[in-house]
Amino acid sequence: MDWSRRKFLAAASAAGVVPSLLPGSAGAQTPKRGGTLRTIINPEPPSLITALNVQFPVQVVGSKIYQGLLRYDFNLKPYPCLAKSWTISPDGRVYTFTLQDKVTWHDGEPFSADDVVFSAGKMLPETHPRWRISSDRLESVKALDPHTVQFTLKQPFSAFISTFLSFGCPMYPKHIYDGKDYRTNPANSTPIGTGPFKLKEWKRGSFIHLVRNDNYWDPGKPYLDEIIYDVVPDSAQRVAAIETGRTDLVQNNDIEYFDVPRLKQQKNLVFTTKGNEVVSPIAWMDINLRLPKFQDKRFRKAMMHAIDRQFIVDKLYFGLGKVANGPVASTTLFYDEKVLVKYPYDPKKAIELMDEMGLKPDAKGVRQRVNVLALPYGEVWTRQAELVKQQFGKVGIEVTIETTDSAGWFQRDSNWEFELSFNFVGQFMDPAIGVARVYLSSNIRKGVLATNVEGYINPKIDDLFARGATAPNAEEAQKIYSEIQHILSDDVPVLYLTELQFPTFYNSAFHDVVVNSDGTLGDFDGAWKAT
Amino acid sequence: MHNRGAVAGAVVLLLVVIMAILAPVFFPASPWDMVGAPLQPPGSPDLLLGSDMLGRNIASGIAYGARVSLVIGLVSALVAVVIGVTVGALAGYFGGMVDDALMRITEFFQTIPGFVLLIVLVALFSPSVVSIVVAIGLVSWTPIARIVRGEFMSLRTREFVQAAILMGESNLRIILRQILPNALSPVIVSGSLLVGTSILLESALSFLGLGDPNMMSWGYMIGAARTVIRLAWWMSVFPGLAIVLTVLALNLVGDGLNEALSPRMSRKVQA
Repeated sequence: MDWSRRKFLAAASAAGVVPSLLPGSAGAQTPKRGGTLRTIINPEPPSLITALNVQFPVQVVGSKIYQGLLRYDFNLKPYPCLAKSWTISPDGRVYTFTLQDKVTWHDGEPFSADDVVFSAGKMLPETHPRWRISSDRLESVKALDPHTVQFTLKQPFSAFISTFLSFGCPMYPKHIYDGKDYRTNPANSTPIGTGPFKLKEWKRGSFIHLVRNDNYWDPGKPYLDEIIYDVVPDSAQRVAAIETGRTDLVQNNDIEYFDVPRLKQQKNLVFTTKGNEVVSPIAWMDINLRLPKFQDKRFRKAMMHAIDRQFIVDKLYFGLGKVANGPVASTTLFYDEKVLVKYPYDPKKAIELMDEMGLKPDAKGVRQRVNVLALPYGEVWTRQAELVKQQFGKVGIEVTIETTDSAGWFQRDSNWEFELSFNFVGQFMDPAIGVARVYLSSNIRKGVLATNVEGYINPKIDDLFARGATAPNAEEAQKIYSEIQHILSDDVPVLYLTELQFPTFYNSAFHDVVVNSDGTLGDFDGAWKAT
Repeated sequence: MHNRGAVAGAVVLLLVVIMAILAPVFFPASPWDMVGAPLQPPGSPDLLLGSDMLGRNIASGIAYGARVSLVIGLVSALVAVVIGVTVGALAGYFGGMVDDALMRITEFFQTIPGFVLLIVLVALFSPSVVSIVVAIGLVSWTPIARIVRGEFMSLRTREFVQAAILMGESNLRIILRQILPNALSPVIVSGSLLVGTSILLESALSFLGLGDPNMMSWGYMIGAARTVIRLAWWMSVFPGLAIVLTVLALNLVGDGLNEALSPRMSRKVQA
C-alpha cells in the first residue's frame, strides 16, 4: 500500500466509513439485491466447522456461516460485527463487549451472551489452536446480561483485541454444542451460524451451495441471493474458468503467479492483493543456528546481501508481494520500517563480510558449503532455491539443493534436520500471535511446525516479547516491538525473503467483495452484483 | 551402409556428442548462471534460444543437458545390459531350477509398472545421478535378460558348445568365451534402443521434479517451462526438440545395427 492510500484509509477508518470505500466498490452506487456469486473452492474442505479446523478452505466457506465479534479494516483496526461496541478498562485487563440486538441463529434461536461465553470460554479453548493463545491468559468470561459479555485477563495482553475475527474466535451455538462431543456432533454436517448465508446443499467433489439468510441481523443485508463454490482441483481449469466468465471470483492459491499478468490485462476483471492483511505470510529461510558455521552473525548478514530479493518479487512473483526486511510484515500491527537493518543486494559487501571473518576461498573459490532444503510447494519455490544456489555461488558459498516431497519437508524442517530451509509463516495481525512463536526460546519444540525451528536463543528477545504481549497500551507496545524489529533484523536469525500476497480477481459486475483485512475470508454480507 | 536412416541418425548423434563435449567451449558460464534478462525470446543478443524465468541461457542448458542425457542414457543402458546379460546367461545356460528361480524374479520385475517402480526407487534413495542411473537400470533389464536367455538356450545345444563341454572347459569360460560372443548382436541392438529409452525415462523423472537438482537436464528444462508455456514457448520447445532428435537418432542407429548384424532380418525387410 502506498503512503497516500494508507493515510487516506486511516482517515477514512477514523470517520467510520471504511467498508464502503474499498477497491472495486463503485463510489456512489447503491447496492442492489439479488444475484448469484459463482466462485471456486480449492482444495475441497473436509468440513465447514471453523471451530474444529483452521485450514484455509474451511474458513473460505465457513466464514459466510460463522462470524466473530469483530471485523478488522485494512489497517487492522477493529470495527463491529456481532459486537456493536466494546470498552477496555484502563489497566488493560477487562474487555466488555455489547452485542448486536436482534441476532438469531440459522435455526431461529436467539444469539446471546451465553453463546459467547460458551464459544470463547469453553468450546474454542479446546478446539482452536490460535484462540488458545488468548484463552490461556483469560481469568474469566462472564455474561453480565443477555447482550453484554465481560472478558477478564490475568494480566494485560495488548494483542487480545486483535483476536476476535471469525478466523480466530468464531461464535458457535451453545444450544447445539454444549455438553456434546464437538467433533462427532451430527450438527457438523448442517452448520448453524449467525452469518449472512446458510448451507443449502453440499455435493461432495462437485459444489457447495450457500443461500441467503433472510433473517440476517443487519437489516437489508446480505444483497446476494446465493453463493456457489465449485470444486475445481486443476489450476489450468481454474484460470480458464475466470477467463471465460464461468466463475466470478478466484482467491488465495486459485491462480498461479505466472497467470496473474495475463489476467490483469482482462478488462472485465477487478484485481486486488488487499484482504491478505490478517494472514500476511512472510517467506524466509530457516537457519539451523545449532551448526557452528552459522553462528557468526557476519556470515548470516553476508548471505542476506548475496540474495537479490527484489528479483524474486519482480520476476518469480510477477510483482506480487514485496521484499521482507524483518520479522514483522508491513501489513501487520507495530511494523516499523525506520528501525530495520536493511540488506540490499550487494555481493561485494557479502564478500567483504566474509573476508572480515577470515572465511577465505579455497582452491576452488569456495568459502563455505551449505545445504538448502527446497520447499516442495511448486515451481516458484524451486526457482527460488536455484536462484539462491547461483547467487550464493557468486560470492563463494557453494549450495547443494535438497529436494523432498511435502511430508518429507514437514518432517525435516520441524525436526531440525536441515541447514537452510525455505519456509513461510503467517502473522495474524499482532506480533504476539504470529511472530513471537518463531523466536521465543521457550517455543523450541521439536516436531512442531511454525515454532522456533532455527533454535534461536536470545534472552533479551524473550524478555521483550513477554513485555510486548503484556504492554498496557499501544505506545508502549510499539516501543518494544520496534526494538524487537531492530534486533532481529540486525541479528538475522532467519534469512528474510519476501512478504507473500495472494492475488484475488473478480468479475467487475460485483462490488464490495474485498472490504476488509479478512478479504475473501470475510462474510460477504455487503457484497452485491450490479445488473 | 545403405541404410540412409541409420546414417542420418549417426550424424545427428555425432553432433549431439560434439555439442556435449564442447559445451564448456561454447558456454564458459554454468548453465545455471543468470546471464541475461529473464524470459527473453529466441534471437535476443547473446541468447540464441532465449532465456528462462531466471535469465538463464536456454542454448547453454541444451548443450550441458546433452552431457547429462548422454551420460545417464549410456550408463543406465550399460547397467541394464550387465544385469540383463548376467541373469539371462545364467538362466539360459544352467536351465532347470536356476532358470525357474531367475525367471520368476524377472517376471516379478516385469509385472510392476516400470515407471512407477522408478519413481519409488528414486524418491526412496533421494534424487542424484547415481540413484537415477541405478534405478533406470533396475527397471529396464528384463527384456535383455529374456533375449539373452533365449539365445543361450538355443546356442547351448550347438555342437561347438557340446565340444567345449567335452573338452572340460569351465562353465564360466564357456559362457563368456563360447556362447556370449555369439549371442551379442541382439544385445547390442536392444542396448542401443535402451539408451534412447533411458534418456526418455530420465527426462520424465526430471520433468516430475525427481531429477538430480544440481544437474541441468532437458527433462528438467521442460518441467520448469511447463508452467510458463503461454508466456515463453521457447523454454519447452527447444529442449523438447533436443530430446526428440536425440532419441530418434538413437532409434535409427539401433535399427541400422539390427539390419547390419542380422542378415536374416535385413532380407526380411527387403522382401
